[in-house]
Amino acid sequence: MLLTTEDVKKIAYLARLGIENHDLDSYTKDLSNMLDLMTRMNELDTEGVQAMAHPLDQVQRLRSDLITETEQREHFQAIAPQVEDGLYLVPKVIE
Amino acid sequence: MYNKTIKELAQGLRSGEYSSVELTRHFLARIKQYQHLNAYITVTEEMALRAAEVADARIADGDATLLTGIPIAQKDIFCTLGVKTSCGSKMLDNFIAPYNATVVEKLDQAGAVMLGKLNMDEFAMGSSNENSYYGAVKNPWNTTAVPGGSSGGSAVAVAAGLTVCATGTDTGGSIRQPAAFCGITGLKPTYGRVSRYGMIAYASSLDQGGPMARSAEDAAVLLQVMAGFDQKDSTSVEYPVPDYLAELNKPLEGLKIGLPTEFFGDGLSANIAADLDNAMNAYRRLGAEIIELSMPTLKLAIPAYYVIASAECSSNLSRFDGVRYGYRCAYPADLTDLYIRSRGEAFGKEVKRRILMGTYALSAGYYDAYYLKAQKIRRLISDDFKSALSKVDVIMSPVTPTNAFGIGEKTADPIQMYLEDLYTIAINLAGLPAMSIPAGFSADKNGSPAMPVGLQIIAIILPKPGY
Repeated sequence: MLLTTEDVKKIAYLARLGIENHDLDSYTKDLSNMLDLMTRMNELDTEGVQAMAHPLDQVQRLRSDLITETEQREHFQAIAPQVEDGLYLVPKVIE
Repeated sequence: MYNKTIKELAQGLRSGEYSSVELTRHFLARIKQYQHLNAYITVTEEMALRAAEVADARIADGDATLLTGIPIAQKDIFCTLGVKTSCGSKMLDNFIAPYNATVVEKLDQAGAVMLGKLNMDEFAMGSSNENSYYGAVKNPWNTTAVPGGSSGGSAVAVAAGLTVCATGTDTGGSIRQPAAFCGITGLKPTYGRVSRYGMIAYASSLDQGGPMARSAEDAAVLLQVMAGFDQKDSTSVEYPVPDYLAELNKPLEGLKIGLPTEFFGDGLSANIAADLDNAMNAYRRLGAEIIELSMPTLKLAIPAYYVIASAECSSNLSRFDGVRYGYRCAYPADLTDLYIRSRGEAFGKEVKRRILMGTYALSAGYYDAYYLKAQKIRRLISDDFKSALSKVDVIMSPVTPTNAFGIGEKTADPIQMYLEDLYTIAINLAGLPAMSIPAGFSADKNGSPAMPVGLQIIAIILPKPGY
């Protein structure tokens, strides 16, 4: 296997993604198989090839620096898990 | 009424044969009758009936488009103001979209009547519609088979007459593969042709919305409204939108059709190869010329795609953090615990696999080996298509290697599922337009039921003048 369960734990933490302990082995196996599939890319020499980020090679468009959005705080916060006085609430970060 | 075309229905609405309210009720009743197919996540009955009343008034006033009063349905990946937009995930099960996607806005303005939101693989990741938080969708031709994915609900709703037409999205085949499995027409437009504003992002450099319908004509009517430049989408292309209906009945005399030998080799079911052979003979009789091509980089499309799509997915889905909207775990101990548990409890297995894979591919020390390498292969695949399409007008190929497989048949091994997308994925990497059209009905094994077979047509980005 290309990855260990320790690797998967580390990746999951980087992604802030909870994985149940009893699922670790199956993720390790699946991810190792995925990596194995991906290493097939090495069959092709890509020396000197320019990477392609956008299928039409477009560049980022610019727009005039004008205010286009209106203030909709209440509207957007209506679907938030927890708000108070117009602010999003999360557990205390600074003691 | 459920098997009429948009043009026929528009005629019926104008002649007063039926009203949009009657038409809408007809489809709402069918949705209830065929609930076991699980095509819809949300049915917006009241909204639909109100929209139908408005449409009837518009038709009476002579202020109607072809789509005015026509029942349609939206894949649940498009944000719909005031309506749950789940993206097939527990993460967004409580998400009432605060705005409309551009596609939704445009179809509303055209007067189309939205019946509801369609089932899909969670965050559009899947090829069978088995990854939905709302359960698997069933293929109407054989309810023990998958409809394909990720736009499985869209394909089923169209095929079973639970809507006239539907929207879908396609990142690696998610419109074309379910269209093929369900025997309908599905078009993935050129990347950037249809606005991605309000379309929940999976892999931003590959995602594209498009129409799913029962005929090329219906797909053209729908695309006509969906397509066009949008200031709100930074990757939207500023190409003029042609009159798609006017392009439909061009003769095929002299059309050069390329067949990549790589797409007709090992792994393709004999029944699909035979159906496509029949289709090629039909094109020959219509005066087209068939030319064999070789595109050697195609075999690397799957690994390159899964690197790029996973990387972009891990980045896009980092926005679901349990803070501003969506699922939040109970009693978080601290902020990190809130992130980890909210995401861990609300994402399904396939989504987690791709987030993990993408996080790994983008992490320090691996970027060049995976993401950069994949982007370079993407260039080579795109060049391969450009060179092939300089010799022919269109490329044709199978859409899927096999008929629709059984529900549960491929869930144990994700790699097997990825290989399903063999013929569709390279097109997204190159950003090309491609569609799946019905090309036959055949059984892949003795004793199995005959199932729909699709044919893929791949074209260049801008139409070459007068082929």
